[in-house]
Amino acid sequence: MSDTDKPQPAEPEPGTQQTAPREVDPAEDAAAAQPDRSRSVLRDIATGNALSGVLAVFLAVLVGSVMIAATDEGVRETVGYVTARPSDFFTALWDAVSGAYTAMFRGAIFNNLVDDPAQQWRPLTETLKYAGPLILGGLGVGLAFRAALFNIGGRGQMLIAGGAAGWVGFQLDLPMAVHLPLAIIVGMVFGALWGGIAGLLKARTGAHEVIVTIMLNYVAYYLLFWALTKEALLKTPGSVNPKSPPMHDTAILPKVLGDRFNLHLGFVLALVAVAVVWWLLNRSTLGYRIRAVGENPHAARASGINVGKTYTVVMMIAGSLLGLAGVNQVLGTVTTGVSLDLDASIGFDAITVALLGRSRPLGILAAGLLFGAFKAGGFTMQASENISVDLVLVVQSLIVLFLAAPALVRTIFRLPAQEAK
Amino acid sequence: MRLVLRGITKRFGSVVANDSISLTVEPGEIHCLLGENGAGKSTLMNVLYGLYKADEGEIELDGEVQHFTGPGDAMAAGIGMVHQHFMLIPVFTVAENVMLGNESTGFAGTLDLDAARTRVTEISERFGFQVSPDAIVEDLPVGVQQRVEIIKALSRDAELLVFDEPTAVLTPQETDELMDIMRQLRETGKAIVFITHKLREVREVADRITVIRHGKVVGEADPQASNAELASMMVGRPVELVVHKDEPALGDDALVVRDLRVIDPAGHVQVDGISFTIRAGEVLAVAGVQGNGQTELTEALLGLQDDVHGSISLDGVELVGRSTRKILDAGVGFIPEDRQVDGLVPGFTIAENLMLNRSFKSPFVARGALRLGALRAFAEQKLREYDVRARDIDSLAANLSGGNQQKVVVARELSRDLRLLVAAQPTRGVDVGSIEFIHKQIVATRDSGIPVLVVSTELDEVVALADRIMVLYRGRVVGIVPADTPRETLGLMMTGERPKDLKDVVA
Repeated sequence: MSDTDKPQPAEPEPGTQQTAPREVDPAEDAAAAQPDRSRSVLRDIATGNALSGVLAVFLAVLVGSVMIAATDEGVRETVGYVTARPSDFFTALWDAVSGAYTAMFRGAIFNNLVDDPAQQWRPLTETLKYAGPLILGGLGVGLAFRAALFNIGGRGQMLIAGGAAGWVGFQLDLPMAVHLPLAIIVGMVFGALWGGIAGLLKARTGAHEVIVTIMLNYVAYYLLFWALTKEALLKTPGSVNPKSPPMHDTAILPKVLGDRFNLHLGFVLALVAVAVVWWLLNRSTLGYRIRAVGENPHAARASGINVGKTYTVVMMIAGSLLGLAGVNQVLGTVTTGVSLDLDASIGFDAITVALLGRSRPLGILAAGLLFGAFKAGGFTMQASENISVDLVLVVQSLIVLFLAAPALVRTIFRLPAQEAK
Repeated sequence: MRLVLRGITKRFGSVVANDSISLTVEPGEIHCLLGENGAGKSTLMNVLYGLYKADEGEIELDGEVQHFTGPGDAMAAGIGMVHQHFMLIPVFTVAENVMLGNESTGFAGTLDLDAARTRVTEISERFGFQVSPDAIVEDLPVGVQQRVEIIKALSRDAELLVFDEPTAVLTPQETDELMDIMRQLRETGKAIVFITHKLREVREVADRITVIRHGKVVGEADPQASNAELASMMVGRPVELVVHKDEPALGDDALVVRDLRVIDPAGHVQVDGISFTIRAGEVLAVAGVQGNGQTELTEALLGLQDDVHGSISLDGVELVGRSTRKILDAGVGFIPEDRQVDGLVPGFTIAENLMLNRSFKSPFVARGALRLGALRAFAEQKLREYDVRARDIDSLAANLSGGNQQKVVVARELSRDLRLLVAAQPTRGVDVGSIEFIHKQIVATRDSGIPVLVVSTELDEVVALADRIMVLYRGRVVGIVPADTPRETLGLMMTGERPKDLKDVVA
């Protein structure tokens, strides 16, 4: 993790202690910060330190364990005579919880129940497959966070991009060297345009991006719905289902580990995107300006940075990243045709990924992998231990909850408050 | 009421804001707490007022140890606080504000406004405040609003009054009136704690002076002590209070402003037909009470205001209508009045802040990428040159003291090729040592032949730096006068009155 801008703890400077103790009066500091409080809280939640992310995951898994135990038959039977034979109860408890999480491990990383080494590692490739779009989406949301924009429009950006890429994918007949790149680029461009609407409206009129992006999600959804009823656009001739024809082979993201595994090029694209966004944020002047605008738009403006233009550009890049996530779905994961659920709730999960990753590319990579593992492992957990896959969603939601209430996590773990920051 | 603070210690994380502070305030005494910004004065008073809980030490009122859990307890015990930023509701009347938080109610919870009105009138008459209970607070001048705060404290039978930097927002005349009020309160036996960093005021009213530095009491000072003695106690070393500067070497007219009108987004005319000229190598200082158009004037010069009419020409180039970036590129340096808002990105490192208005071209940019090596070398050099006290160039700006933050801003602006320097409140909230340094830099800039516009609400600063003084009142120029104009005349002009025999000086 070599992000240059990771938050530095507010520690006194040992070398200069004698000559220049920090003269920040916390009282005056707090008073000065008051008007910007809501924004700074959001910033704190979106870009706080990595430790609270780890703790939030830990707490969420802990609460998840309690829920597994509480709903497990064996645990409920043994709790009736827990005072008589406590060992039964604790054995049942251990079986339930460890069974659930080992099943998740088998489903997400390594399956020791099969013999073929390739099949043993298959779950890991599934995790990576699910992680790809989550990472891309997380980058899109996280990048917007760095400009202090809350991009809730991931779903709409994915739908629009997926629809556009899908149209290219089955309507055109081209050689693969042209077809696939074209479909990807068209998808990203549409995602960028869709995201750019919110940025432009914010820049020009001050319209709040949260409201605009939420509404654009609906617009995108029904626009896609409409497109799926028009044969010139996405409708399958002769079908009443709102689903487009399957993609041509020339437009499908190739499998990277051969046909035995579902892992496709989308994950590689996600890794490339992580590197590009990292460079953009930490090494480019555009990223510098994005961060300046996000941290203090007033100072950015007074320094000659066009804040409105920056908002628009950020939302376009964010939209293109979420667009790539949509493209990943349509041309990689589900190639049987564009449908209304192509986003597979990734547009919203991306917000969680970005929050957990603290809006930093490498953090988002880690968070995306974790959530990909949850997704892949959740199915195995349900199949082998009969624990509802929804539990995974509960754990994910709890992670967000604990992240959004840093004070709660600090209290639970008795961490010092960040008062004197 | 006799207040005794014993060994008060307050820590924020690893920072010790108050280190075992002991203090006694007698009834009928004005006790000054003198210290630089960030010395821990406000923290101490917030502990006294029940806003913070002290980690160690105790508070004793008339011999009884107090355990405040909030401001309510402190008020009930007879402590009144007049905050630097008024805690008043602008759209309420004086009486409504005074009763707020302590409402007397009649049948079924109806407000007994008459009682509050009577109370305001009574207190107002006793001290000659001349405040009408039915006036809307936002319509009142700042000085009168402050009296409402005082009435509010007195209406709760406060025996100990704390004034936290009360003069920051006042004109010299209003300050004098406040001093009179404080003396009057002293006569009636109230105990007064007066927090300030302005030496002149301390010497005028204080019976006793306690100097605080880095969260510790460094000692008591005699009210008869000289400014230099007080300042050196505050800072911990001898301080040069006078700005030494030679006669200006005036060049040609550099900045020419004609009939400048600025209308704010709410539609109010904030700058109303201002014309002035600054010559190369000259400092024009703008004096005036805060909120008389200075902010809008400087923002208009930088292209930060949208509705600007008239002409601003710098070396013959028209600036009105240009973007901020073009104006900066034309060589305008800008020290904004609120560095936390407009001057710095608190979450950025010192190095990153030093390139804030140079993110488009060399020396720190090459083909869209940052040149981190060049930036680091530059930052290292400026850190030394401007004596910024920080661990290294990767320290966050948010973790610097006010003075060091301001030095970063000054370093950034003066490192560019300037044709004009606009310095708004260049030393606000800056420690005495840094003030000295920043003033020297401004004078050096002027001596290198650059026109400088200084805006300050501190008359001392205006007089110290100016070659000529322009006084603003309600967006208009009251007069442009020589730097040696008597302070009384300047104070009068700041209230909008123009002495009859006054002659404007042309550079």
